[in-house]
Amino acid sequence: MAEWIDACATDDIEEEDVIRFDHGSRTFIIVRDHEENYYCTDGLCTHEDVHLADGLVVEATIECPKHSSIFDVTNGDVETPPACESLQRYPTRIEGGRVFVEI
Amino acid sequence: MTEIVIIGAGECGVRAAFSLREYGHDGAITLIGAESALPYERPPLSKAMDGTEKPIRPADAYDTAGIDLVLGTDVARIDPEARRVFLGNGVDLPYHMLLLATGARARLFPSLRGCLTLRTDSDAEAIMARLAPNTRIGIVGGGFIGLELAATARATGAKVTVVEAAPRLLARGVPTEIASIVEARHRTAGVEIRTGTGVSSATNRTITLADGETLTFDAVIAGVGSVPNTELAADAGLAVENGIRVDEWFRTSDQRIFAAGDCCSFVWRGTRVRLESWKAAQDQGAFVAAAMLGRTNDGGYRHVPWFWSDQYDQSLQVAGLFDADSPVQQRDAGQDKRIVFQCDAENVLVAAAGIGPGNSVSKDIRILEKLIERGARVDPSVLADPSLNLKRLLRAA
Ligand SMILES: Cc1cc2nc3c(=O)[nH]c(=O)nc-3n(C[C@H](O)[C@H](O)[C@H](O)COP(=O)(O)OP(=O)(O)OC[C@H]3O[C@@H](n4cnc5c(N)ncnc54)[C@H](O)[C@@H]3O)c2cc1C
Ligand code: FES
Repeated sequence: MAEWIDACATDDIEEEDVIRFDHGSRTFIIVRDHEENYYCTDGLCTHEDVHLADGLVVEATIECPKHSSIFDVTNGDVETPPACESLQRYPTRIEGGRVFVEI
Repeated sequence: MTEIVIIGAGECGVRAAFSLREYGHDGAITLIGAESALPYERPPLSKAMDGTEKPIRPADAYDTAGIDLVLGTDVARIDPEARRVFLGNGVDLPYHMLLLATGARARLFPSLRGCLTLRTDSDAEAIMARLAPNTRIGIVGGGFIGLELAATARATGAKVTVVEAAPRLLARGVPTEIASIVEARHRTAGVEIRTGTGVSSATNRTITLADGETLTFDAVIAGVGSVPNTELAADAGLAVENGIRVDEWFRTSDQRIFAAGDCCSFVWRGTRVRLESWKAAQDQGAFVAAAMLGRTNDGGYRHVPWFWSDQYDQSLQVAGLFDADSPVQQRDAGQDKRIVFQCDAENVLVAAAGIGPGNSVSKDIRILEKLIERGARVDPSVLADPSLNLKRLLRAA
């Protein structure tokens, strides 16, 4: 059952940047884009299970640090292969300066 | 009459085929590959060596995209006048446009006949079968393939010797400041590295050095570069110049025939180059698909050459092309890591490379790559300063 989790403060993430968020045995990323939007997706690249939190965020995309797959974090879709599979995306909500994710 | 035929089902050909569909081509696409396996990724061949093959796309993706995949079949001849390709199995096909994505093969000098080489899945299998604790593995060539193989072979407990004629490893394309870290890591792992050591000949069991000494091994692997597969193109009368010669839209000297990936040479920032890079093969595959459909509007290809290599726990990345005769600057990247870069006389950033554990240098290299792509002018002393936030620099560029 998905539940809303308080993941971090909004300013724990710099503009156009990402943090890794681990919960239980799962790992996620939380991305802040260039326009103050926050997104949460699975934390591992679908190409080779690499932590995306080491990747570069440009607007609302993240580029895998390993072989440069680019994912659109608004929907998890692959924008540029080699990855073929989308990332699972999770709802986020901002409340009192905190980022909540439904995972 | 809108058939597009692609020869070569490697990284480039596969990407081009899917991109053609994404960009709206609705005519037939035939992708012909000489290898029998479902198109697979080559980089893991030297890194993992666990016998599992990583397909570029799942088997059913070709059908879904309406790509006619013909495997285990080579193209023997192209007739550019009749616009037909003739397959080795006797079949011939018409084309409206043709893409050559024939890649490259491992180079093997006559003096090295008998050595194993690594390019395909079956090459990897043959090498893997030789790796075991305490077997003696000789590697001719201290380039990427040889070094990745050395690391992988060490992991199986094999005793590894690398012989390189140049005074240092990775002499082609990687600055000394980075290559020295790679060398140190190999030595720590127990690989015997003999740089500045010419090889006069080698067989499947021996390497004879220029000074006459003969080293004996259980297997010898040559990693001395690759040769572009240009024969089909040359036979069809296309211009070949260290690879199939293409313009900035990856068009050959025939208006209906394009070439991309490891098999072609193109002009990057004023210099004709041929790359051997996984990412470039994919970028070019996507670009050439757009070019074939007339969908590239402004200027030609602009992707910065980018390459990575994994050895042991370290990962190395190179963006842009270093000029071996010009100085490089170092950016203080902290412990365990090193980042170097090169600017031209006008302070335009032209190349950057980094090495470190895992993916620790990737983000910085990616930012530097984007600065290179934009032709950004930077003050080298500022860029060298670790207190400069690269991301901010990128935003300002
Ligand atoms: C062991 C190994 C490790 C590597 N590691 C890295 C790495 O870490 N990083 C990196 O950036 N790059 C790496 N590379 C390089 C990268 O794999 C290549 O640059 C890339 O595969 C080039 O893609 P391509 O499609 O142009 O050519 P290829 O992958 O060579 O594919 C060309 C295909 O065309 C087929 N073909 C040729 N002629 C014909 C014909 N007449 N008819 C039908 N089919 C034909 C060939 O059989 C082949 O399957 C590595 C390469 C190898 C071999
Ligand atoms: S692991 Fe992410 S692109 Fe390969």
